[in-house]
Amino acid sequence: MKPLIEARNLVRIYEMRKGPFSRPQPVRAVDDISLSVVPGETLGIVGESGSGKSTLGRMLLGIDAAQGGEILFEGRRMPPLRSPEWRALRARMQLVYQDPLAALDRRLTIAAQIGEPLDIHQIGSTEERTARIRELMDAVGLRPDQAGRYPHELSGGQRQRAVIARALATQPSLLVCDEPVSALDVSIQAQVVNMLRDLQEQNGIAMVFISHDLKVVRNIADRVAVMYLGKIVEEGSSDTIFHSPRHPYTQALVSSMPVPGKRLESRVILQGEPPNPAARPSGCAFHPRCPLATDLCRSKTPPLQQIDAGRTAACHAVASHAALAA
Amino acid sequence: MNTVTPNLVELRDLKVAFDGVQVLHGIDLDVGHGEAVGLVGESGCGKSVTWLAALGLLPGKASVTGSIRLEGDELSAAPRPTLEKVRGKRIAMIFQDPSSSLNPVLRIGRQLTEALTIHRGLTGESAKAEALRLMDLVGIPDPRRRFDQFAHEFSGGQCQRLMIAMALAGEPELLIADEPTTALDATIQAQILDLLVQLRSETGMALVFISHDLGAVSQVCERVCVMYAGRIVEQGSVDQLFGAPRHPYTRGLFDAIPRLDGPRQRLVPIPGTVPNPKELPRGCAFSPRCRHATQFCLTNKPRLLLQPDGRSLACTNPIEAGREGAVQAKILEEAIR
Amino acid sequence: MVQFVLTRLLRAVITIAAVVTFAFVVLRMSGDPAQVMLGPDVPQESVDAFRRAWGLDQPLWIQYLAYIKSIFTGDFGVSMRDKAPAIDLVLERVPATLQLTLPALLLKLLIGIPAGVYAAFHRQSVTDRSVILLSILGFTIPSFVLGLILVLVFAVTLGMLPSGGQGTWAHTVLPILTMSIGGIGILARFSRSAMIEVMGQPFIRTASAKGLKWRDVVWGHALPNAAIPIVTIVGFMVGSLIAGAVVVESIFSWPGIGRLLVVSVTNRDLAVVQCILLIIAAAMVISNLAVDLLYGWLDPRLRSRAAH
Repeated sequence: MKPLIEARNLVRIYEMRKGPFSRPQPVRAVDDISLSVVPGETLGIVGESGSGKSTLGRMLLGIDAAQGGEILFEGRRMPPLRSPEWRALRARMQLVYQDPLAALDRRLTIAAQIGEPLDIHQIGSTEERTARIRELMDAVGLRPDQAGRYPHELSGGQRQRAVIARALATQPSLLVCDEPVSALDVSIQAQVVNMLRDLQEQNGIAMVFISHDLKVVRNIADRVAVMYLGKIVEEGSSDTIFHSPRHPYTQALVSSMPVPGKRLESRVILQGEPPNPAARPSGCAFHPRCPLATDLCRSKTPPLQQIDAGRTAACHAVASHAALAA
Repeated sequence: MNTVTPNLVELRDLKVAFDGVQVLHGIDLDVGHGEAVGLVGESGCGKSVTWLAALGLLPGKASVTGSIRLEGDELSAAPRPTLEKVRGKRIAMIFQDPSSSLNPVLRIGRQLTEALTIHRGLTGESAKAEALRLMDLVGIPDPRRRFDQFAHEFSGGQCQRLMIAMALAGEPELLIADEPTTALDATIQAQILDLLVQLRSETGMALVFISHDLGAVSQVCERVCVMYAGRIVEQGSVDQLFGAPRHPYTRGLFDAIPRLDGPRQRLVPIPGTVPNPKELPRGCAFSPRCRHATQFCLTNKPRLLLQPDGRSLACTNPIEAGREGAVQAKILEEAIR
Repeated sequence: MVQFVLTRLLRAVITIAAVVTFAFVVLRMSGDPAQVMLGPDVPQESVDAFRRAWGLDQPLWIQYLAYIKSIFTGDFGVSMRDKAPAIDLVLERVPATLQLTLPALLLKLLIGIPAGVYAAFHRQSVTDRSVILLSILGFTIPSFVLGLILVLVFAVTLGMLPSGGQGTWAHTVLPILTMSIGGIGILARFSRSAMIEVMGQPFIRTASAKGLKWRDVVWGHALPNAAIPIVTIVGFMVGSLIAGAVVVESIFSWPGIGRLLVVSVTNRDLAVVQCILLIIAAAMVISNLAVDLLYGWLDPRLRSRAAH
């Protein structure tokens, strides 16, 4: 199938100063990332804070401009930020992020906010819009009597439903969700995840689901990309990648997920902290924390290469292993 | 019951109300010497409030009733100086958001030595030496250089390590960890959990671990209390609760967690939302969301009762221990593998 | 740090230059000093002679350049009225103004901050309500109204204090009160909200959980944080030590800078007005600079971000 959205060698650099005297240092927030999503598919992106996963999400929508590489939406280049073509395209790709209270205007009712994109893109007559708002609220599981409520009168889960309804108003073909359920309690989180799965099944929306929660990502995503310091280090189907992680970082990440009943002793506990993105280690950025690191890892950045059918990893050790097996 | 070794802390009928709205409806909870107890529940269930109330750390508008005994000494309604001698010295507490839990304008070293001065009378160089030892103990690299830095110069994980070092300063008998890893990244979370387990085995202090994360609780605790809407609904050993949860809410929490293994099924959420403390249901607070609820549940509040297997349960219509428990245990087994 | 100070200094100089230029242009476009000084019935020759003597016949930009040049040589012009150096006339009045503004500032600090901190911990108490009421009054009642009310009550009705003029300490009481009442309320309100905000922060809970005495939590942990917003408003008050008494000095006929300013504006005494405005601007800018530096000292987070 032809990809709905395709990113080729995306790079985003911003400058950061450590102190008043130091020169600004370039920080590669997103470093040479390529990915694609086909219609109806969900790509999960996992990584820790500072891995660049949120920046990548915003770049996919064209909100953050790329300093290198290109994004193709249905085979055509993404128009520049704030151009009329980009605005028109925005109706087809929407963003849902973590904090629904910040995403909603506290002075407007839920119904007014859900209908806002319809007003902006001038879709339908007034009656049609009202009907569409009711339909959307129903789809995300909000009751009709909640239409007149204000954001602060709803619970966290209900607010996130309203945000999602708003994102769906223009019938987008792509939804980028940045930690959409991280602020919600477990029981409510499950409700929202199920809802997103249903909506996707019914409407065939493609989704990029960004989260630090491996368990949620595994449940909702078809394919998963693991990011570390601005790079994708491993990518594969969500069934295999967490079941048999190959990259040492993915292995540690999977192992560090607390699973009820799993003892702490049996886990790989990674030492150290993710390095400052401004002081990116040489070679493979993961080498200072990696149990398998060799001299090669310290000097040469491993490319993201195929290690199995539908599976890639950026690791010298994994690559040589795969070569041996082949 | 426990005449030989009295409990370290005993909470009896602890109730808390904010501006007349009751949020804690009578908590009975014991913590033994050196024991690790987990408190689990969703936001607003009262798991943090319980311990903030016990230490007198709630704002003035909160009204606290009931009994809080520390080795037999009553702490509720105790004068402020008495509580100040308990806090940090006998019971220490660390919090969810480590970066904002440290004072932004005071040097880390000063915040550490301050605790050493009040609890152990250390001053000057000896306080500094001990502070450096604690920083090293909790895994802060290069403590001598970092002693004079400020909170914003440390990462979230390091801030939590510093909070733990500060909590250890008074050599407490009980450490209360209130969602200590929630704000941290996965790999750092694992490090902090590991540190807590290691410190507990070295010092022998008791630990109360408050979390919404069942996984984290099962890794550091021996006993677990599940709370819902200001009450304990089920209490038992980790193996009991995780192997065969009997309260429908406990079971619901397990089912709602997506799995890292096994088939990618639809999740099983708990329907509805947590009730507003201002308008709690008349009977069991969980009844409107409960699949097992009967007419009786809607009108009668269940009491927390001791069960034959040693757990306590507040449910008139619990999940039968045998059948569904076995299924659950099997799923768990798979998850472990 | 050096870079930080230098950028702030540069900004300060630009601000002063802007004020000086603005004052120069506006003054020269708003009425002819010759007409005002000499009166309406003077022959045209005298007016022309006056203008030549003071250089007012030159184009505006030449006058301006000459003025700027003289400032750098320390010459702030000569008063058209008193024929004395303007700077001397102004500096002569400084002590009188400070005699009112310094005690007023001291009152604001000594009463305002403790009252605010007290109110923060005793919400809904009498002090708290008074602080709120006083700050509303401070914001809404202009000082000429407040001054007149005080005169009416204490001078006219009760006859306890003199209604104006300079003499004994009793003469200073009403002007100082007029200047400080509103300020006390405003400062107390600021301190109150700063303290309430800080006391709600997680690190205060940490300090309590550590076992610190209540007193040490408030003074050792809360106040250093609350000081940051308080310093802003205090900085503004310090900056207006010289200029803050214009209205009050007029009401109480107090021979300070404020009164000199009013008289000089009426007389179009250009050099004196410019000199006063320059000093007022300098005072404001310097106190702002001091506040910025103090921020850096109080808040370590700003130190590392200062370069941006």
